[in-house]
Parts: sequence; C-alpha cells; structure tokens
Amino acid sequence: MRPDPAISVRGIVKDFGNGDTRVRALHGIDVDVYPGELTYLVGESGSGKTTLISIIAGILYPTEGHVRVFGSEIYDLSKNALVLFRLSNIGFIFQQYNLIPTLTAAENASVPLVAAGVSRAEAVDRARSTLDALNIGQLAERLPRQLSGGQQQRVAIARALVHDPRLIVCDEPTAALDASSGRRVMDLLREVAIQADRAVIIVTHDNRVFDLADRILEIEDGRMVGDRRPDKTRPLQQELQH
Amino acid sequence: MGWIALRMLTGDKVKYYGLIFGIAFSTLLIAQQSTLFVNLMLRASAAIWDVTDADIWVMDSRAEFIDGTKPLPSTDLYRVRGVPGVAWAVPHLRQGATVRTAAGELEQVSVVGLDDSSLIGLPRRILRGNLGHLSAPDSLFIDDVGSRKLFPNLDPVGQEIELNDRRAVIRGVVDANPSFTSGVLLYTQYSNALNYVPGTRNRMTFVLARAADGQDPAATARRIEAATGLKARTQREFATDSIYYVAANTGIPINFGLTVLLGFVVGVAIVGLTFSLFIRDNIKQFGALKAIGVTNSKIRGMVALQAGWIGFIGYGIGIGLATAFIVIGGNNSDTFKGFYVPWQVLVGVGVAVLLMVFGTGFLALVKVLRTEPAEVFR
Repeated sequence: MRPDPAISVRGIVKDFGNGDTRVRALHGIDVDVYPGELTYLVGESGSGKTTLISIIAGILYPTEGHVRVFGSEIYDLSKNALVLFRLSNIGFIFQQYNLIPTLTAAENASVPLVAAGVSRAEAVDRARSTLDALNIGQLAERLPRQLSGGQQQRVAIARALVHDPRLIVCDEPTAALDASSGRRVMDLLREVAIQADRAVIIVTHDNRVFDLADRILEIEDGRMVGDRRPDKTRPLQQELQH
Repeated sequence: MGWIALRMLTGDKVKYYGLIFGIAFSTLLIAQQSTLFVNLMLRASAAIWDVTDADIWVMDSRAEFIDGTKPLPSTDLYRVRGVPGVAWAVPHLRQGATVRTAAGELEQVSVVGLDDSSLIGLPRRILRGNLGHLSAPDSLFIDDVGSRKLFPNLDPVGQEIELNDRRAVIRGVVDANPSFTSGVLLYTQYSNALNYVPGTRNRMTFVLARAADGQDPAATARRIEAATGLKARTQREFATDSIYYVAANTGIPINFGLTVLLGFVVGVAIVGLTFSLFIRDNIKQFGALKAIGVTNSKIRGMVALQAGWIGFIGYGIGIGLATAFIVIGGNNSDTFKGFYVPWQVLVGVGVAVLLMVFGTGFLALVKVLRTEPAEVFR
C-alpha cells in the first residue's frame, strides 16, 4: 500500500512580471511526491522545473495553488513561520554548492544547526559525524577551496542532512561535476538520503544518472507531461530510450 | 550565527583589512583634526585659565576677547572694588611689545602686568626662579615655550633683553599654557609693565576681581556691570567668549571642518565600497542561508555584527594613532604643548564611525534582504 504523499501540489500557477511582460512559468501543476523515494524532476532548460522545486521548497510564492508538505499548507504559514518550517524540515543542495568559503567543511555543514540555535561546539561536532557518515570525515577541517567539486558537493549534502530534515531538495547536484563524481554523489544521495519518512526531489537534466531514480516527473513548458517509474531491471540504455 | 558572520568577514583578508583601514584612516583624520581644532580653540582662552585666583574679569564694555580690548582708566579699579560682593580687585595689563634679544633678533611678545603685591595673574607653576625675584627692578618671568623660542639652547634665566627700548632681565620661567598666537609671554609687576609698554593715559587692560565668600561670581559680575557700565565676565564666561570670538572671526573652523568632513567622506567611500563588494561577493551565500532558514532578523544581526566589529577595531586603531600623535607631539614639540584628546572628541568620532559603518552596512543589508532565497536556484 502506498504511503500518504509527503508533498501534495495542487493547481500551482506561477507568473513572473506584470502586465504585458507577464510570463506564465507554471500552468496549474498537480503532483504528489512520496516518502522513501528518489524523485527526479526533469525537463529542458526553461521548462519550469526550477520554479516548481522552488515553490515546493517554500522559497518562492506561487501565484495560485496550494502546496502541502508533510501535512502543512506551507503558504498558509506566516513568512517567519515558513522560514522556520524550512529550517526544521527541508535540506537544500544547490548546483553551485554555495558553501561559505571562509568556513571549514565541518563548519559549513553545521550551518542549519547553528541557525536553529544549537551551540557552535555541538553543531560542528554533529556536522563532523555527518561528514564521517558520508566518508569525508577526513576533510572536515578543510576550506571549500581545498576541496574538489565532488567533495564540495558531499559537504553540501552533509549540510542538507545534518539537521535530519524530512524533505531534501536538490537543484542540479551533478551539473558542475564530471560523470564519475556526479554518479558518486547520486549514489551517496540514494544511500543516505532515502528513508521511509523522508522525500527527496532532485531537479536534473543529467541523463547519466536517470537509472538511479525511483520516479521521474517530466515537465515541459510549465506543464507536467510525464510521470514514470523506471524499470531498474532494464539496462540504462534501454531505460533512456523508453 | 555571530561567529559565522565574523568568519565570513575576516576570511576575506583583503576586504577585511581594507574595511579596517578605511575606518581607521577616517577615524585618525577626524579625531586628529578635531583634537587640534579643539585645542587651538582652547588656546584662545588659555591665558584666562592661567589666572587661577580671580573669578571675574572686568574690561571695557566693547571688549570681546582677551587680546581685543581697550585699556581702562585706573579709577575703574576703585569703582570695581566698591561694588558689593567683591572681595578684592587688582589691575591687570596685557599688551604687545617688541623684544630685541641679545643676539639682536626682534620678536613680538605680550607683556603681562601683575598686581605688584599679590602677583595675581601669574601662572601657578614656577619652573625657575621664585616670586621674590619679580620685585627686583627690570625683572621679568618668561613662559617656558617662549623661553625656548627666544633663547634656543640657552639658559633663559639671567638673559638680558631690550623690551620696547628698555633693558629687562629674565629672572624666572613659568609653566604657562601657550596662547592662541603662540607668542612669547613676559610677566612682570604692574608698575614695571607700565614702564615697558607705550605710554597712553589709560593702560590697565583688565581688572581682575574675586567674589566674596558666599557670593555667586556670575551674580557679582552682573552687579559690577550694573554699577560701573563695564563688562564683567566670570572666568568661564570670558573663556567661552574668547573661543567664540576666534571661531567666528577666523577661517579655522571652516578649514578644520572641511578636513573632518573629508575624513568622514573618505571613510564612507572606502567602507561603503568595500562593504558593498564584500556583500556582493557573499550574496549567494546569504541567499543560501535565507533558503536554508536563516531569518531576516538573524541576517540583520549578522551584518550589524560585521559592521560593529570593523567599526570597533577601526575606531580603536584610529583613536590610538590620533592619541599617539597628540601625546608624542605634546611631549616633543612646543607646538602641541598642553594638547590632549577631549572625551567629547572620542564620543563624536565614535558617533561618526557608527554612522559610517551602520549607514554603509544598512545599504549593503538592503541588497541582502532583497535577495530572494529562490535566486540561489537560478
């Protein structure tokens, strides 16, 4: 039996600009995302996938529609409550990592805990444990510039996981990485992020890692045009042709 | 989030030191120029504060400052003495003269005539000689700065000078506050002074008086004015009048004011530009923090802490350098003798630095607060 959806998106419309310059980026999106799955959101550049994930993550107000995340209508919350909801419930992984260049890996990973009011010592300690779990504990004291792209993205994953959020959103996490690094990052996400009570949504157009998805949502011109579950028993090439 | 804010700030060494340099330089310029201005203005009243026993100065009704007054007839001394509430009153003379030194050089000086018996008007601290020496004929005391100016590398005591064509001998040295014009001050008994300065019918410049015990000096001064038609000011009032006169009648406030303003503008420019660059370089990180769930109030706190931190350090360095300049200058040069850094300058410069860092910090903050967290996904 399928669990209750972690995320329910209903009738999401998003317009940018005003008057003659108004552009509709999303045309009434309806979708459910379930916990325990790695859900990919794919589409061409400009299709609206980043806009949709921003709305799901609570960082971009929709023009119309509702988003329910683990039972909370997030856009019914006050602005401050929405910020705190994100802090408690959502982990972010960005394409460009967005690590703070002057903080060590462990300090970067500790940021969500510090923002939540955990003491520096405890936050960094817990961040080190998370880095250990991601097999990069030995890099804890390095600055971002001393890390490769793949290592920086692992630190970003640690930052997304350190406060044990129930939703993880990733924006093109492999875009800045070579094929093997990208695959390792995705393997890692599969390994550590997927839990029965956690949903993971990844925006990507990197078809090298499509085979790792449990579900692929396709978006085109602001409309949901595909929703499929790859057959993991098929070779990757067949899956891509499907 | 405080330590994260500070690590973000201090991690970028070039901008961090640039910000501190900007504030320190600006603080140094503002504090040093303000201190020089205040001390120069105070010199306009230095001679008034050197007279410690009298608390009321009586002068011509049109007099505005210590070196700009019309001599009084000697009878005015008795009129002042007759005003109720006046404990005592003595004559005082201040007049310009020309000195020819033993080396033949000419120097403009101020002759200060002191009451013959009480010597009221002589600075308290006598560095060389004793009061008895002033009663000898042709005796003068000289101020310490003036002694070095008139007799460089010579012992001034015993030196003979020609004062308005009359022979005089330096018998002692006093520690006087340098005057606004930094001229040499020669102290002598009033009767002696009358011989040194050009002869006109009226030569008494001031009457120095003291209010009787239990009498308010200001009220006594008003009574003197009412009774004599002369101008009577308490020591503080006359000091303030003299400062205002110099401030209003010279270009000094404008010159110093422009330099102080320039210091502030340079500080704002350096700090504003560097802070803006710092924020621009970190805008993605601030955006990421906002997306993660750092509230705007915490972001405000972070930027305020960064601004406060650089302000505090820059202010400390700038004030330290300005103070060192004044202290070292005061110890090694007669030009800065008696100069000090008033607490009002410290507070004023502190306010200027606060305006500078929080003003530029606020402008930078607007950029951060306007950054939509969704922009980190674009």
